[in-house]
Amino acid sequence: MKPAPFDYVRPATVAEACRVLAEAGGGATVLAGGQTLMPLLNLRMSQPFILVDLGGIAELRGVSEVAGGIRVGAMTRQAEALADATLARRLPALVTALGHVGHHQTRNRGTVGGSIALGEPAAEMPATAIALGATLEIISTRGTRHVAAADFYLGPYMTVLEPDELLTAVVYPDWAAGHLVLFREVAQRPGDFALVGMVGALVLEDGKVARAGLAWFGMGPTPIRMRRAEEALLGTALAELDVEAVAGLAVAESAPFDDHHASAEYRRTVGRRIFARGLREVLDLREAA
Amino acid sequence: MSEHAIAWTVNGHRRHDRVEARTSLADHLRLEAGCTGVHLGCEHGVCGACTVLVDGRAVRACLMLAVQADGADVTTVEGLAAPDGTFHPAQDAMREAHGLQCGFCTPGVLMTFAALTAGEEPADEATMIAAMSGHVCRCTGYQGIRRAARALAEGRYGGGAERISGDGATGPAAGKGQAA
Repeated sequence: MKPAPFDYVRPATVAEACRVLAEAGGGATVLAGGQTLMPLLNLRMSQPFILVDLGGIAELRGVSEVAGGIRVGAMTRQAEALADATLARRLPALVTALGHVGHHQTRNRGTVGGSIALGEPAAEMPATAIALGATLEIISTRGTRHVAAADFYLGPYMTVLEPDELLTAVVYPDWAAGHLVLFREVAQRPGDFALVGMVGALVLEDGKVARAGLAWFGMGPTPIRMRRAEEALLGTALAELDVEAVAGLAVAESAPFDDHHASAEYRRTVGRRIFARGLREVLDLREAA
Repeated sequence: MSEHAIAWTVNGHRRHDRVEARTSLADHLRLEAGCTGVHLGCEHGVCGACTVLVDGRAVRACLMLAVQADGADVTTVEGLAAPDGTFHPAQDAMREAHGLQCGFCTPGVLMTFAALTAGEEPADEATMIAAMSGHVCRCTGYQGIRRAARALAEGRYGGGAERISGDGATGPAAGKGQAA
């Protein structure tokens, strides 16, 4: 099918884009990389009056080191982020997750911010932002606000973004050099959305977990931070770690559903398994006898 | 609905077009630029048959608006072979490996291969095969396509760098267009 008619604007600055969104009064849709929006337009599941293409706004692109973290412009293409040397060195969890987003061809157009703003519950970028403790920079004609990624999602494709607001950047906090990366995803084919997935980072100090950030994707109506599992890990010596118990806590915080591809029970079972295996592997612990 | 003027390059030729905002790059290439080698399968980014190079990067032409190609350098399968008909290495590799039967998915596969062999060194076999996850082929069972990927990764047909600009996904100098 072909999209219903719409007007197209390509602002050159964030201020101009915000003005268009404010004047459109909710009738505008933001076009980032288009790798999800274009199918929705083609299928006429989305019929905006105005399409606001962010592709001409240079200030929205690029990765930069800022005080206390790394700022990724919302319009940074997934392929650019995947090849970025700073991210590879400082945030390997993000780079690992990026390698699982869509396909080579869609990563060349798809953006980091677009995926986060869309809020697909089984997508990698929203869960990674939550796991790493990212802060989202949101701008409108009314001003700028910052929202923790963990507070951003309300439901499937539903976020706290108002119709006149633009996600402009994702700021990931610093993680200590040498931190451990947890990433597991079970999907039917490479590039498909996950049936079950988990992403996270751990910092070890003196044989104990000093910092943990973990999140599920594909395990509920939104990506879900594993707060209780994080708390159980913090301060625990590796020798005393009960991996199965922590995996149980993690799964207890999920809220998976039945769909055409898998049952909620399947997701819980697989989730518990990949959590336990992933944790053992990254901590170099042996499988329980 | 808005209409827009775009100035762009298709297979080395400068073009000036007027496009309706909602027209996809794939439809415009097929219906106005005569590039019917851009095959439309699913029109929602799954099948990969419409893959073209935009500034050297392999992208879905059905998931891009024609108006977004303003200023871009676009290469379709029609732009792969040299003007004298000499095949691009990706075409040689696919032909010799029997990488196609009906040919519907082939233009898209060729464009991804072209992007991945455009640098000084071709991408490695694992990268090429991973990138094939973005293409659906209902005939071959992919084995011929895998053989073509291996041959290209080993540089058996030379690079494509002399004709197609570098893969902009990682390269710094994407979008220089065809020099043939």
